[in-house]
This record gives sequence, C-alpha cells and structure tokens, in this order.
Amino acid sequence: MVLPFRREWAMDSATIDNAVAIRPVRSQNPAAETIFRGLCFFAATLLLAALAGVVVSLAIGGWPAFRQFGFGFLTSSEWNPVTEVYGAAGPIVGTIITSILALGFALPLALGISIFLVEFCPHRISRPIAIAVELLAGIPSIVYGMWGLFVLAPWFATHIQMPIMMGTDPNSFWGKLFYGIPNGANIFTASLILAIMILPYMAAVFRELLLTIPAQVREAAYGLGSTSFEVMRQVMLPYVRRGTVGVIMLGLGRALGETMAVTFIIGNAHGFPHSLFDSGSTIASTIANEFAEATSEMHTSALVALGLVLFLLTFAVLATARALLAGQKN
Amino acid sequence: MNRATRRKATNTIFVGLCAFATLIALGALVLILWSLVVNGIGGIDAHIFTMDQPAPGSPGGLRNGIVGSLMMCGMGMLIAVVVGILAGTWLAEYGGQTPYGHAVRFLNDVLLSAPSILVGLFVYELLVKPFHGFSGYAGAVALALLAAPIVTRTTEDMLTLQPNTLREAGMALGAGRGFVIRSIIWKAAGAGLLTGALLGFARISGETAPLLFTSLGNQFFNANLTQPMASLPTTIFQFALSAYDDWRRLAWVGALLIAVAVLAVNTIGRFVARETHRS
Repeated sequence: MVLPFRREWAMDSATIDNAVAIRPVRSQNPAAETIFRGLCFFAATLLLAALAGVVVSLAIGGWPAFRQFGFGFLTSSEWNPVTEVYGAAGPIVGTIITSILALGFALPLALGISIFLVEFCPHRISRPIAIAVELLAGIPSIVYGMWGLFVLAPWFATHIQMPIMMGTDPNSFWGKLFYGIPNGANIFTASLILAIMILPYMAAVFRELLLTIPAQVREAAYGLGSTSFEVMRQVMLPYVRRGTVGVIMLGLGRALGETMAVTFIIGNAHGFPHSLFDSGSTIASTIANEFAEATSEMHTSALVALGLVLFLLTFAVLATARALLAGQKN
Repeated sequence: MNRATRRKATNTIFVGLCAFATLIALGALVLILWSLVVNGIGGIDAHIFTMDQPAPGSPGGLRNGIVGSLMMCGMGMLIAVVVGILAGTWLAEYGGQTPYGHAVRFLNDVLLSAPSILVGLFVYELLVKPFHGFSGYAGAVALALLAAPIVTRTTEDMLTLQPNTLREAGMALGAGRGFVIRSIIWKAAGAGLLTGALLGFARISGETAPLLFTSLGNQFFNANLTQPMASLPTTIFQFALSAYDDWRRLAWVGALLIAVAVLAVNTIGRFVARETHRS
C-alpha cells in the first residue's frame, strides 16, 4: 500500500539533527560495551572457577584421609567406619571392573547400531531409530536403577544366575567365577545397566565419525567389488581408528562416574568382589550410600578422598577421549 | 563352498548382527518404558499432586517432592541460563580463540561430563558445611553447575552458526559489538538458545546424586529454599529402597512422572533445534 504524501511528515534537516542528538545512543555506549563484555568474561571465568573449586574442595576435604593412610588408602581394601580404618581399593577395583565390563557389552552394540544406521538402514526409518536410541540417554539414572532392581535383577536371578549355579561344580573355575547370592544384585547386572546407559552416547559419537568418512573412500572400496562387511572392516573402521578409541574412552568416562543406577543394583558390599556374580561397590555408589550418614570427620574425609580419586580417573579418561576425537575430526 | 558364497554369507551375518544390535537397544528402551507404565500408571490419581509423602501404610502423594523439584530446578535453571548464555557468548564472540578461551572450553567440557555426585560433594563443601545445614539453595546451585556447561556449549555452537554478515551489517549501521550481539545475534539464535536451556533442564530434572547431600530431602512440605527440601528423585530413592509396598508403588509413580517429563522436554528441545536448522 502506498501512503499519500503529506507535507507535515517531511522533516527538514534540522529536525533530523535534533532527533539524532536528543535520542540517547544506546547502540554505541562504550560503558555498556565494557560492562557487557566484562559480564561475559566473568561468566566464562565462573565456569573455570567452578571446576577448579571442585578439584580444590575435594583435595582439601580428602587431605586428612590421605595424610592418615598415605598410599595404603589406594591399596588396602579394608573399609571399616567402626574402627576408622579406610582403604579404598575395593570401590576403586569395583569401579574399574564394572566400567570395563559395561564397555565390553556396549562397544559391539554401539558399533553395530551406528553401522546399521549409516550403511544398511532404509533412509526413512534411520532417523526415528536414531532418535529412539538417543532417548535411552535421556532416561534419568534413578529410573534405570529402579528398573534394574525390580525388573532386571529378579529376572536375571531366576533365569540366568540360578541355572548357571545349578549347572556348575562350585569348586571348579566356572563355579567360582559365577558364585554369588542369587538375588541378581551384583557387579554383572550393574555392568549390564551401565552398558545400556552409555550405549546411546557411544553410538551417537561413532555414527558421527562414520559420517565424516568421504563418500569417495567408501565408493572406491565398493567399486573394487567388496561386500559391505569388507568395506567396513578393511576401509571404514581403519579410517576412524583413532576416533574409535576416543569413543571407547568417552563411554568409559561416563561409566566410571555413574552413580544412582549402580547404587541400586550393585549390592553395596565393601572389599573386592570375588566373582562375576558377587556384590560389590563403586566409588560413586559408596559416596552416595554413606556420605549423608557419615558422622566422624575421618569417614567424611575418606569419602571425599574417594571422590578425588574418581575425579582424577574420569579427568584422565575424558581428556584422552577428547584429544583422540579432536585429532580424528581434523 | 566357494569363495564368493562364503563372502556373501559373512556379509549377510554381519548385516544381521548389526540389525540385531539395533533391536537390542530398541528392545531395552521399550522394556524400560513398558515396566514404568505398567507399574506406575495404576498409582496416578489426584492424591499424587495434592498430598505429601505419607507414612508407610497411609494414603499420600508426592506433592512435596514435585514442588521441591520444580523450585530447585527452576532456581538452578535461572542461574544456569544466565551464566551459560553469557559464558557461551564470550566463547563465541569475544575470547574463544585465545589460549584462555581454549582452556575455558576444555574445562567446560570436563565439567559437562564430570560425575554429578562430585558436583554434589563440591557444593556440600561450599554451601552446606560452612552454613551448617542442608538447603534448597545448595541443591539449586548443584543443579545449576550441572546445567550451565550444557547451556554454555549449546550457546557457543548456536552463535557460531550465525553468519558473519549479520554482525557486519549491524556494525555497519554504527552499532557497537555488544549491541549487535544482544539485539541481532541473540535474536537470530533464539530458538537455539532455547534448545540449550531445554536440554539442560532435561538433564537436571532427573538428577539424584547431587541432591543427596545438598538439599537432603524433606518428608514435609516446604517451600522455603533456606531449609532442607524434598525432591522427586530423592523421594524415589528413599521409597524404592524401602520395604513397604505402598512406598514402592509411589516410587514407581514418581519414576514414571520424571521419565515422562524428561523425555518430553528432551523431545521438545530436539524439535526446536530441528526447526531452527531447517529455516
């Protein structure tokens, strides 16, 4: 629509000058610029300070335990709040065993899922399937814990654990490996739950990695007459080898620190687990179980010291994962 | 069997195994959601939202936990959104390429995947021990520390996606850099920033571990953030591990509510992100 021209709308140059001069120049206020930039910088620094705060507070809080027990804190498996003796080897070993087992379950699945979605899946259903798998990552840890405790553990006890224990000689190697209270709450089921939890992260990152492979590389291999399996094994997997190690590390980092689900299902016993179906504990589950009830200073301090160990473990693993993945993407 | 047949057979088995792996993951999702619905849906009635947690054996609901969760998550998100958006803006627009910027980005990623229980320990040492008491504020700060890295990361990604011509156009009109960011770039990336906030919210609303020793939990209704505060996840934790059947039933209802809420927020976040990419 074209408006009719009216005389009074036209401004002479003086009016325009006035308007510009009178209106405060909000868009060019140097003070506001500095303040805004300062605020942004402050927020970034706050995040840095938060992480530094985590490390420092764990180190300070855990210091009494490290001083009291020295290196033995990491190697002794005696954890006794009554006699005030704390050795963290049990939870540390439990953490490492469950994480590695979980990785063992999750890695083949993650590879299979991402290869299926990238290579074989009909295009129309690949997106919904990818979203469904990623939904697994959205389910809160505590829901996994409840499901593990009330659904997986009883099923596992009656359909897997009992038959295996019935069928093996308790004194043989296998009998010892599968020995345990048949209630389904043990390091094996904890690892299964962990595997489901880290699976979506690993599958998502691995799928991204596969998508970075140039189409020519794949097509050249197919052009030589290779089957999909051969293309995958001899061309695509070697192409993303570095990144694959990164994916493994990423999954490991997730598994190490997972708390609630494991707390529900691992059985929470101190000391080393003696078999695959024995109850155990992880660093995170020990802290979750005992921290609120710890009354003595040394007990609290030992738990915080455990936290520091967990932080250093995850930090090392995640830093490696990041370096490897960054290397792959370039 | 000749070589060609063997190669074909191997390939078929491989494709089958890959499909099977996908089926396992989808099966796990269905099984978990199914048991949530089966165990939880029967317990949902008006009492859940109007009554507080009961003593074993008497009727009750989850009102105190729901209100506590909403308050602490709301407060936590408020902090996380402000800090996260400003920090993300700094990384994307100002100092992201400096050595300090790289350090912030790296440590933000570490914080993003640090075990949440350690954040709980930190806030305990920072806010609970010095003030001699568990409080809703401590819980909110712990949750904020978990959501802020997600918001920061998403904000940086979304702002980096905005074309430089937008910034140049704004500056050519004489606007200062901060003004361009606030009134052009933020607006252009609005949906993306919303995604970050939603993803952060989805992450913290189910978090239990960091609340165990910051807000502690409270069996009574409490809307005062300076006092120990109930939350849905800690109530579920307490009820699920109890020996009472009616408490366990309530725990299933709570788990269903949380899972539905988290998955819904997650899906909305994803949807918003996709709409942005499309336009």
